[in-house]
Amino acid sequence: MKAAIVRFPGSNCDQDCRHALRDVFGVETDYVWHKDTSVEGYDLIVLPGGFSYGDYLRCGAIAKTSPIMRSVRDAAASGTLVLGICNGFQVLCEAGLLPGALIRNRSLHFICEHRWLRVENSDTPFTSASREGNLLHLPIAHGEGNYRVDPETLETMRARRQIVLRYCDVTGEPTDPANPNGSLENIAGICNQARNVFGLMPHPERACDLLLGSEDGKVIFESILSRVARGGSPLPPVAFRDG
Amino acid sequence: MKATVIVTPKLSVLDPQGVAVREAIRHHDLAGVRSVRIGKIMEIESESDIPEEKLHELCRDLLSNPVIEDYRFEIESPAA
Repeated sequence: MKAAIVRFPGSNCDQDCRHALRDVFGVETDYVWHKDTSVEGYDLIVLPGGFSYGDYLRCGAIAKTSPIMRSVRDAAASGTLVLGICNGFQVLCEAGLLPGALIRNRSLHFICEHRWLRVENSDTPFTSASREGNLLHLPIAHGEGNYRVDPETLETMRARRQIVLRYCDVTGEPTDPANPNGSLENIAGICNQARNVFGLMPHPERACDLLLGSEDGKVIFESILSRVARGGSPLPPVAFRDG
Repeated sequence: MKATVIVTPKLSVLDPQGVAVREAIRHHDLAGVRSVRIGKIMEIESESDIPEEKLHELCRDLLSNPVIEDYRFEIESPAA
């Protein structure tokens, strides 16, 4: 398995992602610069966290215009796994590869702490090693993680089971106090219709070692590894594939 | 030419900054202030005229995010 980590000016979780992929899971991992034009030949493309282009204009808005993004779009369309973490999630939304947008946290504070997440859909290449209803303890670190989407799209996302992770309390209830940033319906992570593009605000790559307080993030990478080992990237069967 | 693009959060989208500023305004003995919304102004200067259609495209694809924001623009001085 080969993974590419795309670095934008201002990315700052690229090394954490490489540590998780290469040192914890033994995956051959390359950095790809945003001015490069190809991410062909990789089984996984990671858009890491950080502050691409200083969050100018909107988080992820400038990054989506980077030369590498054309190839990322092509790879996503052909079924390659694409994982966007934190700022990477924002970039995927801005690029239109995932629905919705992420705005300022309702508290206006940058929040950096561990939170409980409930797996809402384990039938994705990114969560297949977990079970629906499993709880993950993962760190979040963001100022703009407040997920927004129009009601019609949300309805479609529900029907197509694109909501993958929700913020919840320790019992697994997606309550308002358990919602750190004001996200609609406590949404913390979503996938596209074909389920090969996944974006989430929490940082699984920072939760792959008990020394860091949790290794619950491993389940995301274990799922990816098992998907790639089972024969790579053909799109999973889904009922809808229009647009 | 000079164009001024104004981007504001959609009315249907919560504007946390606007809410915080509204609360601060109320502390100035203006209890009647109902709402504050915070957006952005972008002033664009160009050697040549930008067709309105092109400006709309720019606003839709880059300067605003249609999921959460509305935009409008004013063309202040044509180049010609």
